[in-house]
Amino acid sequence: MQDLVALESLSTQDIESLLDLSQNMAEILDRPIKKVPTLRGKAVVNLFFEPSTRTRNSFELAAKYLSADVINVQQSGSSVEKGETLWDTARNLSEMAVDGVIVRHQVSGVPQQLADILDIPVINAGDGSHEHPTQGLLDALTISQAKGSLAGLKVAIVGDVLHSRVARSDIHVLLALGAHVVLVGPPTVLPESYEELGVEVTTDLRRALSDADAIQVLRLQKERQNSGEIPSLWEYRLRWGITSQTVSWAKPDAVILHPGPQNRGVEIDSDILESSRSWVLRQVRNGVAVRMAVLFRLLGGGRGDE
Amino acid sequence: MSREQTGWVIRNVRVIDPFRDVDSIEDIYVKGEEIGEPSLSTDYSVVDGRDLWLVPRLTDMHVHFREPGFENKEDLLSGSRAAAAGGFTAVCTMPNTFPTIDIPSLVQWQRDQAKNIGLVRIFPIGAISKGQEGRELADLYQMACAGAVGFSDDGHPLRDARIMRAALGYSTTLGRPIIQHAEDPALSEGGVMHEGSVSQQLGLPGIPEEAESVMVWRDVELAGLTGGLLHVAHVSAQGSLEALDYAKRRGLRVTAEVSPHHLFLTDAMIREWNFKPVTKVNPPLRPDGTRQLLIQAVRRGLIPVIASDHAPHHQDEKDRPYNEAPFGISGLETFIGTILGVFIVDGLLDPLSLFRLVTVEPHKVLGLEYPGLTVGAPADFTLIDPQAKWVVDGKKFYSRGKNTPLEGTWLQGRPVATMVGGQWTMRDQEVLR
Repeated sequence: MQDLVALESLSTQDIESLLDLSQNMAEILDRPIKKVPTLRGKAVVNLFFEPSTRTRNSFELAAKYLSADVINVQQSGSSVEKGETLWDTARNLSEMAVDGVIVRHQVSGVPQQLADILDIPVINAGDGSHEHPTQGLLDALTISQAKGSLAGLKVAIVGDVLHSRVARSDIHVLLALGAHVVLVGPPTVLPESYEELGVEVTTDLRRALSDADAIQVLRLQKERQNSGEIPSLWEYRLRWGITSQTVSWAKPDAVILHPGPQNRGVEIDSDILESSRSWVLRQVRNGVAVRMAVLFRLLGGGRGDE
Repeated sequence: MSREQTGWVIRNVRVIDPFRDVDSIEDIYVKGEEIGEPSLSTDYSVVDGRDLWLVPRLTDMHVHFREPGFENKEDLLSGSRAAAAGGFTAVCTMPNTFPTIDIPSLVQWQRDQAKNIGLVRIFPIGAISKGQEGRELADLYQMACAGAVGFSDDGHPLRDARIMRAALGYSTTLGRPIIQHAEDPALSEGGVMHEGSVSQQLGLPGIPEEAESVMVWRDVELAGLTGGLLHVAHVSAQGSLEALDYAKRRGLRVTAEVSPHHLFLTDAMIREWNFKPVTKVNPPLRPDGTRQLLIQAVRRGLIPVIASDHAPHHQDEKDRPYNEAPFGISGLETFIGTILGVFIVDGLLDPLSLFRLVTVEPHKVLGLEYPGLTVGAPADFTLIDPQAKWVVDGKKFYSRGKNTPLEGTWLQGRPVATMVGGQWTMRDQEVLR
């Protein structure tokens, strides 16, 4: 593994070994002193072309817990805003002897394009509607912590699947680990071709949630109303919102996930978010562990130069 | 007769002349600018034509030469050189330049420039609407008098049905077609590739085939209403083929063209190219099912023309994230290898039928005259080596646009010499001006 661009291109073995490593990292996070010297002397760049707080902070903390140095580059105020191409920005950073680039961009494929021109590892922190591989890994880690294993579980992914990079990474990791995946949402934002990959696709929330072991609730972006894909946030909640009524269709011990940030009262109600079934804060904690594992695998031990 | 006045003879060449419906081994004499009488004189320079094909007046009725206004992408000289290298003796240049070719003096200017360059016959296409804004008709008659052979707002679909109706109605008095880039902008907005399983899996915004076909259906109905001459550019959708079939059954004056890349490549290329925007083109590359239907439509004559939609861009513009890169493929220099690969190598069409689509058929669509290889005809022809195998290398293109998804692909068949008006414009892949 040279880069982490997409979970689609990882083998099941790679995924399992990253998740095992993430579990070990999660245990480091529980220690009173979290800092380990593993990546001391390494430097990584957070190259974020799209606003993000949680993911960027999570990567930064992950790197720092491993003793790597981190710099943050954002689009506003950067040379990209002065007209430099992002490939040139990346080449210049790479020339400053950094050991890895973490990139988020609003256009699908940018991390792959960067990986094709850079010799150092590229980590995708979310590209357009394509993938968000560390999110997929942390979702899988969270469900397996809750349920022991993913094999044979029914996992429903609810909402705007078409525009969701989280959903795409989730689908690949969940399928690789043997879960049964159901996509559900309004027909205007449901990529029906995923049936070709063995995923169930439906607009019927009840059907999707019945007997579900886990529910991944996607964030609904308000632009969907302007683009005509949903009539209103209220109508969306009525038909695809996760409420105390709809959640009762799932198994009684089903766990609820959400990649955040949440629109309370739209795709998910506050009482569900705050209930004992909700694992959303564990997801956030696992996010740091997964990113530590990925950084370690790509920049540290996995390359035999530690 | 002095040495300078004698001409050329191409001996023992397989002449494929769709204008005369001839496919046979002949000797072709060139005297001055024209096809000459057979002669026993030894003063002709001899070209050995064995194992080569000779095709007259290869015409690409859809190219973008970008001049005036976008000379960093291409200009009339570099585009003409690309045409000569690609084996073309005539091209039709699209008017989406800056300024737009929407007045007679600009049509005349392009023709004068082309005459000075002298590498390829340029038949300009004028804009349908002033400034290609889709609001008022441009002066179509005066542009036709200045030499425009058709009208198009290519790059911008003519979305207002009222203006389209007017353009088609007016075309009946001109004998020149209205060439529509059919695309409903509301359905294609934001899209960067074909909408289907590949776009859904890559998370790239899609353009459904219906963005094209709903407008083709509308235009066909308007051609029925007006009796106008409609030519549908770069057809790429199953529904468009249904509309063309319907037009044919009703006997409407509707023709269409397809681009080589839609016959040769599919949307799977976007994945194979790892998001590199060399595959980004409008209309987008379609799935294999649609590609097969397009090939069948060519074979049964429903699509009478193949045209490159040569759309060069500067490398800096193409070298960007997929959504931000411009649409377009530099297509002139891979044209012949591509269509031979699709139709000849697999035996789907005989050469005479295939070359109809790039000679006599575009002439019919545009109302152009060419008699074929008869004595006195302008000596415009191309020598093709149908066996030559070669690898596409965009860096070697004469076009300024190096943007090709065929980079590194093996093709079979390439032009080896081009003659326009009795002058060689290209020999052995070397353009002579």
